[in-house]
Amino acid sequence: MNLTEGEVRYVADLANLRLSDEEVQKMSHDLSQVLTHIEQLNELDTTNVKPMAQVLFDADETGSLREDVPHIPLSNAEALANAAASGGGYFKVPKVIERS
Amino acid sequence: MKGVSSDLPSLTVKSIRAGLLSRQFSARELAEAALAFAEKENASTNAFLTFAPERALAAAAKVDSEIAKDGFVGSLVGVPLGVKDVIVTKGLRTTCGSRILEHYIPPYDATAVFRLEAEGAVLIGKLNCDEFAMGSSNENSAFGPVRNPRSLDRVPGGSSGGSAAAVAQGTAVVTLGSDTGGSIRQPASFCGVVGVTPTYGRVSRYGLTAFASSLDHIGPFARNVEDAATVLQAMAGRDEQDATSAYAPIGNYEEAMKLPVAGLKLGLPREYFESLGAETGDVIYAAVKQLETLGCTVREISLPHTKYALSCYYIIATAEASSNLARYDGVRYSTRVNGDSLSEMYRNSRGSGFGAEVKRRIMLGTYVLSAGYYDAYYKKAQQVRTLIAQDFTNAFTEVDAILAPVSPFPAFKIGEKLDDPLAMYLSDVYTLTGDLAGVPCMSVPCGESPEGLPIGLQIFTKHFDEATMFRVAYAYEQSTLR
Repeated sequence: MNLTEGEVRYVADLANLRLSDEEVQKMSHDLSQVLTHIEQLNELDTTNVKPMAQVLFDADETGSLREDVPHIPLSNAEALANAAASGGGYFKVPKVIERS
Repeated sequence: MKGVSSDLPSLTVKSIRAGLLSRQFSARELAEAALAFAEKENASTNAFLTFAPERALAAAAKVDSEIAKDGFVGSLVGVPLGVKDVIVTKGLRTTCGSRILEHYIPPYDATAVFRLEAEGAVLIGKLNCDEFAMGSSNENSAFGPVRNPRSLDRVPGGSSGGSAAAVAQGTAVVTLGSDTGGSIRQPASFCGVVGVTPTYGRVSRYGLTAFASSLDHIGPFARNVEDAATVLQAMAGRDEQDATSAYAPIGNYEEAMKLPVAGLKLGLPREYFESLGAETGDVIYAAVKQLETLGCTVREISLPHTKYALSCYYIIATAEASSNLARYDGVRYSTRVNGDSLSEMYRNSRGSGFGAEVKRRIMLGTYVLSAGYYDAYYKKAQQVRTLIAQDFTNAFTEVDAILAPVSPFPAFKIGEKLDDPLAMYLSDVYTLTGDLAGVPCMSVPCGESPEGLPIGLQIFTKHFDEATMFRVAYAYEQSTLR
């Protein structure tokens, strides 16, 4: 399985990752190697095998429900304390909508 | 006081309790000695990323005042604790070994940390690890590699390398790590300490920075089996903050592990021994023999899908990671690198904040989840995961516990596998299955290679049967002390 540099750039876009040209080249090599290894799964016939998304155990049907009890949540100031930029009680980000 | 500092590397949970209750030393003296020792020794191993003197001294003062008034004495009273830096601590920097969280100060404590501190543990600092727990050598930390205290030019294993190294070096008595594909057991084996990956759901993941949510576990490191069991006992059990944490009864590990092992049926999975070299194999077989002399019966078993675990794991773990790590976007809690637009800012922040291995896994995970590939990779891997889990279910109808090596080789040299991701991944080949199946498993030291490097014996038991796992480990450990 070969992942081209073009495909690497496409996936990096999906993942919101800036990669240098050198990184793209190395990524193409490394991911191709791993994907080739992964192809061995095709040796296995998995028709009718249920996919396992989570380790599940016996529990009541409502096992993960709890009483709805009011509690004091994280304060606005605490929630914003680690923000790169904040103001007026909000996270600040670069302008999303351009004026025409 | 002087006595305490020279004893640090040999202290145990029990000996600390005895020392405190007989007033040989105070919790404050112990905390000060532990902090000073850890800060001094850190120059050689780089195990700690952040020290927590204020928090440690406050916890110690509380312990001392309780002891003075014959008040509450918890199961971990006064015990110097280190915590892997992927587990959040309120008001104490938590970096995940990543540049992108270099300045992150969490607003809450992980449940596991909260529960250990409630039992009197004294948190002295945060421990180095591979970035976001992705790695098998601790070389992927943005803050430099950790060195193995048993051999400083070698890796301590990963990703919980700092947690294993601190216990081996004696700079912490017990530590917490996390295990997604072997990140507790493999470093425990490489550093010659006990490391436990409990059943999935046994310990709350609340406050554990998510890597692969269906595979992530918190577990303890200690210098002996009893201490590890005491730490697990203190943090195990349902937590409403983690919907996947289990209600299953916990039992009393300390009592259960002291039951004799005679009559227990142990299985050796042939797939784990087929290509195992003599360096590790001789030591593992000797440990198996030792358990036989204690009255266990040993038989060969098969876990037929073992060879597919690596492929299965690298699809599921990276898929989940690509989704979990989307939150580091330069907005809420990560370092920002500006750009002309919002999406440029995301790309720049993530591109410069993440290291090479984390990027590689985000890329692989994004690829296997992308349109047109989902069924071929992700769904296929989930189906293979079912087969791997069934292997264990079937095996446990025949045997009470499974014995295996932890790693195909002992600690390797720093830099040796850094340029070959696949070779690095292969060092986890014996540990991935436990996480995929969600069964409890641990590494207990069982000898050394001809070069004098530690080797760990891996023990698996069925879901929620940590008691039998500890029983086998404890019997083996005690028999080697005689």
